[in-house]
Amino acid sequence: MRNPSASGDILVLGEVRSGRLHRVTLELTSKARSLADVLGGEVSTLLMYDRIDRDPRTIVHYGADRVTCVRDERLRLFDQEVQSTILSFVIGSTGPGIVLAPATTSGRTIMPAVAAMVGTGLTADCTGLEIEAGTGLLLQTRPAIGGNIMATITTPDDLPQMATVRPRTFAVPEPDPDRVGRVEELTLPDRCFESRVEPLGHEGSSGDDVNIQDRDVIISGGKGMKREESFRLLRELAELLDGGVGASRAAVDNKWIAYSHQVGLSGKVVAPKVYFAVGISGSVQHLAGMQTSGLVVAINKDPEAPIFRVADIGLCGDLFDIVPRLIEGLRERKGVSG
Amino acid sequence: MQIAVLIKQVPDSDDVRMDEVTGTMIREGAGAMINPLDLHALQEALTIRSSQGGEVVALSMGPPQAEAALREALALGADAVVFLSDPRFAASDTWATARTLAAACERTGPYDLILAGEKATDGETGQVGPEVAVMLGVPFSTYVSRVEFDGCGSVEVSRTVEDGIERQKLPLPCLLTVLRDINEPAMPTLSGKKAARRAALTVQGMDSLGLSPDEAGLAGSPTRVRRIFRPSLARNPRIFKAGDIEEGIVALFDELESRGLIDEQGPS
Ligand SMILES: Cc1cc2nc3c(=O)[nH]c(=O)nc-3n(C[C@H](O)[C@H](O)[C@H](O)COP(=O)(O)OP(=O)(O)OC[C@H]3O[C@@H](n4cnc5c(N)ncnc54)[C@H](O)[C@@H]3O)c2cc1C
Ligand SMILES: Cc1cc2nc3c(=O)[nH]c(=O)nc-3n(C[C@H](O)[C@H](O)[C@H](O)COP(=O)(O)OP(=O)(O)OC[C@H]3O[C@@H](n4cnc5c(N)ncnc54)[C@H](O)[C@@H]3O)c2cc1C
Repeated sequence: MRNPSASGDILVLGEVRSGRLHRVTLELTSKARSLADVLGGEVSTLLMYDRIDRDPRTIVHYGADRVTCVRDERLRLFDQEVQSTILSFVIGSTGPGIVLAPATTSGRTIMPAVAAMVGTGLTADCTGLEIEAGTGLLLQTRPAIGGNIMATITTPDDLPQMATVRPRTFAVPEPDPDRVGRVEELTLPDRCFESRVEPLGHEGSSGDDVNIQDRDVIISGGKGMKREESFRLLRELAELLDGGVGASRAAVDNKWIAYSHQVGLSGKVVAPKVYFAVGISGSVQHLAGMQTSGLVVAINKDPEAPIFRVADIGLCGDLFDIVPRLIEGLRERKGVSG
Repeated sequence: MQIAVLIKQVPDSDDVRMDEVTGTMIREGAGAMINPLDLHALQEALTIRSSQGGEVVALSMGPPQAEAALREALALGADAVVFLSDPRFAASDTWATARTLAAACERTGPYDLILAGEKATDGETGQVGPEVAVMLGVPFSTYVSRVEFDGCGSVEVSRTVEDGIERQKLPLPCLLTVLRDINEPAMPTLSGKKAARRAALTVQGMDSLGLSPDEAGLAGSPTRVRRIFRPSLARNPRIFKAGDIEEGIVALFDELESRGLIDEQGPS
């Protein structure tokens, strides 16, 4: 799609997973609102689902002018081919200047397919978005090379300008219940649902396995935890803070905790409000997965551990002494009898 | 079964130095290796070959030194390699990289299965695999942690996603991007190493692939890197030691409280 007669309109791909509206939809919608205000354009949020736990209208309160709902039985299980076809169809029929999607496994799967279908550029995993004064181009800033480098990328000659954005990069503002906007159901031709991919099923991960990327607080343990049993301490602390438990690769390699908890270059990238690194040295590969977190707390007995250089608060000492004190102190503050 | 594996050579450390004046990366001097996930893709191809028969072909686009990655693929057991190298491929974004790889798959194929890593450790976009699939017109799946053949011209895959595992069935030919937990890569064999040393690698460029200059390299790239800079970590570490630990704990609790993370909930 060469030759931009750049539209200021922004299309946001929302995410509904197993019937739940993902909060990144609100993050992206409100960010799109502030970008569209600079460009003088409209914000549309596209949702594809078979069922949803919230009224799509609430998305209007976060900044959408239009919420387009594609509701169909055939969207019960994730099908990258169907979702890519639908997103391309909507791009083709509405001609947005910018398309934003969450950098989740779904967004990172659909968006490159769509970029190839419509023939435009795509910037991955953005943590910063801005409109350039003068050109009106979208400046897309992203970390690369394990977080050691930031790159600002543009798509100067092709439309739409497409980006995936890391969840929790942008804040969710207070909703404005007085905002007005349209909610429309879009009925699509059957060919949009044709797919060579056959989804067979989805097995949710069990109990304590709430995806750590969705947590406000993460308590991660490393090699310094010494054995599987000591992760109980971290679980106790996590419970008091309504958080999840993460781990370094060393802990995962020792089979103290499942791979789905690994944070870092070859694990998950997380950005919670508060990240605890307990008995973790702070290798570049680990930092790649957590350095954009809000508050970073390091607990380590080695004063030279590199983790202290990227921490806001460092507690230098034996974790087996410090963590129980944290648990006890929190119980006191919360007024919970231990 | 003809299997293609897409292999990228990446720096072996992510310690990047920067030219602070020009804002560009200095990467010479750094060692190089096969992108770790691509080793898993190659291993999966070798495993599939041993059960289904056929051939494994490794393809890589890169500067002249990327030849080493393909020789390593041979040492690990690939039957053949395709080396895509041309000064005009330099500075390709993912779209142009995918265009080049797709053209090479068309020229050297057809393939029943194309395997790639979920992402490379340097660019980290994870975009090349899905883009190649769409350009070749084949179905694809991503985040694959398990592959099974049903013997009837299709594969069943498990995808590891945020909230669990998704299972999908795809017809061949198709493209899959794989995760680390799909397998344990084996070490190169002695005979493989010998074959790798002897093999003559032919190089394909833009012309032999039949690509026009505006389809590949920088000119064929829709994205432009405008600026590269160091992230500002902007943290101000407050480190508490030995006798100060209690003070540190109080400071930490105050921070947690100011973020609304300690809510009083009466004795239970
Ligand atoms: C390609 C590649 C990808 C990788 N991907 C990842 C990744 O995704 N995630 C990841 O984490 N790593 C990854 N790694 C591994 C990484 O390089 C490190 O080896 C790993 O992060 C180290 O884990 P650690 O900090 O738990 O262990 P260590 O480096 O051994 O650190 C243990 C720390 O615990 C402290 N300690 C010990 N006992 C106590 C105590 N009683 N009280 C307090 N502190 C104590 C020590 O002082 C030390 O600092 C990767 C490596 C490679 C090559
Ligand atoms: C700092 C920085 C940021 C960048 N950001 C973007 C961006 O946001 N969007 C964009 O379009 N481009 C971007 N690029 C360019 C991009 O890194 C290159 O196009 C790169 O060649 C491929 O992207 P990747 O490393 O992300 O690969 P990924 O898409 O992460 O690689 C996935 C898999 O594709 C295969 N593969 C990838 N490259 C090759 C290859 N050369 N040969 C064979 N197989 C391969 C491998 O199997 C690999 O495991 C960026 C470059 C830099 C330096």
